[in-house]
Amino acid sequence: MKHEGVGELIARKEVVICAGSGGVGKTTVSAAIAAGAAARGKTAAVLTIDPAKRLANSLGLDELGNEERRVEMDAPGELWAMMLDAKRTFDGLVDTYAPDEQTRDEVLSNPIYRQISNAVAGSQEYMAMEKLHELHQDGRYDLLVLDTPPTRNALDFLDAPRRLERFVDSRSLSFFRAAGGMSLGLFGRGTGMLFSVMKRATGVDLLKDLAEFFNSFGDMAAGFRDRAERVNALLADRRTTFLLVTSPRTAAIDEARHFHRKLQKEDLPFGGVIVNRMRRPVRSANGAEVESELAGLLDPQLAGKVARNLEDHRALAERDEANVQRLAGQLGRKPILTVPELAGDVHDLQGLQELNGHLFARGALRR
Amino acid sequence: MKLIKDLLDKRLVYVTGKGGVGKTTVSAALGLAAVRAGKRTLIAEVAQQERISQAFGHEPAGFSETEVADGLFAFSIDPDEAKEEWLRHQLRSGALAGLLSASRIFQYLTAAAPGLAEVVTMGKIWELAQLQRRSAKAAPYDLVIVDAPATGHGLALMRAPRTFADIARVGPIKNHAEQIHSFTADPNVTAIVAVALAEEMPVNETLDLEQRLAEEMGLELTAALVNGVLPERFSGADAEAMQSMDGVGSPAAREAVEAALRAHQRERSQRSQVARLKRGIDAPVATLPFLLTPELGIEDVERLSVELERKL
Repeated sequence: MKHEGVGELIARKEVVICAGSGGVGKTTVSAAIAAGAAARGKTAAVLTIDPAKRLANSLGLDELGNEERRVEMDAPGELWAMMLDAKRTFDGLVDTYAPDEQTRDEVLSNPIYRQISNAVAGSQEYMAMEKLHELHQDGRYDLLVLDTPPTRNALDFLDAPRRLERFVDSRSLSFFRAAGGMSLGLFGRGTGMLFSVMKRATGVDLLKDLAEFFNSFGDMAAGFRDRAERVNALLADRRTTFLLVTSPRTAAIDEARHFHRKLQKEDLPFGGVIVNRMRRPVRSANGAEVESELAGLLDPQLAGKVARNLEDHRALAERDEANVQRLAGQLGRKPILTVPELAGDVHDLQGLQELNGHLFARGALRR
Repeated sequence: MKLIKDLLDKRLVYVTGKGGVGKTTVSAALGLAAVRAGKRTLIAEVAQQERISQAFGHEPAGFSETEVADGLFAFSIDPDEAKEEWLRHQLRSGALAGLLSASRIFQYLTAAAPGLAEVVTMGKIWELAQLQRRSAKAAPYDLVIVDAPATGHGLALMRAPRTFADIARVGPIKNHAEQIHSFTADPNVTAIVAVALAEEMPVNETLDLEQRLAEEMGLELTAALVNGVLPERFSGADAEAMQSMDGVGSPAAREAVEAALRAHQRERSQRSQVARLKRGIDAPVATLPFLLTPELGIEDVERLSVELERKL
């Protein structure tokens, strides 16, 4: 089969990571790519982590759980979707790596762990990567599409595996395992000093909880580290591609430029940019002529409004195009795919199919 | 009492909402309205993008309170700097704080500890809003506006002090986190404003936000502002007249009519989304107009701030 449009960018790929700033339609585009792959015979899954349940909305589902669910769709392939429950994914990892039941229960009931895995921002990003890796290992899907979390600067998730790796780093571990003994004799002079200063900053209970946490978590640290390394390897793999999703608005384009530089710096496999909701260019040259012609066909007042609307639209469309050009200047030979603004919001399968008409269209890629 | 007065009489206003809806613009507009009401006002950014300074045509403010317009200050919260400042204060010693910060173990822990950035950010927001500032030189503000992260992360940020108080249970961190929480979650001093667009998903997210604020934190949304609402340029009768033209006219005229019909459709869809939001939400809803000038510029911010005064 011939691969057209975004199909060309995802051909021979197993993992597609859609990244970009918030509000540009990233979730919708991710779902559309997976749906498009399913329509072309693939078994595709889209993963999201958004706490605001956007993917469920786009797929017309009431709710998504931590398990993949099949989306009803008339297609030769299959479309699956899941919304991550970060806490459950984290618990699952602990279950996998705990050496015995007692350690597992100790970690799961530790107050530090409970907060880290549950309420705290940042662990979600890590769990998204983690789940992606797990599903990829599974081998059940031809294509996995990750809708990245809308982090503050859209890039945090790249650092997530490394951050956890550092948190359970052997040095902090040995420090707290020593502190767990609470006997200063165990410390070297420097560490003893450090410990007493930290005690002043945090209070002794917090330190004790931390020590306990690291004590029981310690046995799993190697497993977690190993896992984080494999997640990083998957991100850099040739079977993975990063697609940047942006709107043509100035702030989003600036963010996309920034993101592209970051991907280059990290040497991650970058496929191209999807610019969503481009305003249609105005082809006719002259609003005044249009107005005088329409004045013969419509109420003159309405003709005036139509002409003014056309000029407003022209200005906005030209600005969109200028922003895209600004981005294109930076991309070298990597393609941009523009998707026109559709008449309504996309929030169901039918909308996704309309979107796919553009995403998978022949000649959609600009280079 | 008018809602705008109520808002500006608070000490802290969080502005949150879905990504890309114009939180920064609305924060800046609220800031200008506050200054006009005679308030010494600070807008704190947490994304370190310096978009507030930029909007007022000013050099990046960074981690220092910078006057970007008469009586209006900008500040960008860098979690690392906030952490250092908090440590210096907590230990009452720059030397000890320096010792901790220089420790590799401590660096690893704090750089990696999930949620620490959020709690020190909230701590700095709290400090900025205090009448008695940490440094004797720092003058107090009447109002601090927080250009907060998008909904999910915005909520996690607000919850962070509570979370940390729970983790610490007792001790100085617990006490401090409790202190921050009881201020930043007190509806008498703190308002929460959601910014939305008149589209399906931003409206859903706003409805969801109000519900989660109530369920997870026992808080109320103070107001929802729908940004970028198109004027009602074409009436239903206009649309009918255009539809009945049915392919008459030059290609240019047809293109113009098609653009007008699409605009009409978008206006209608926006109106129904605003209506849906109003039906589903307890907080008052106000709309802000779509402005043709796209970039975040000072004229736009001024226009929107006047709109806010008029509508709220």
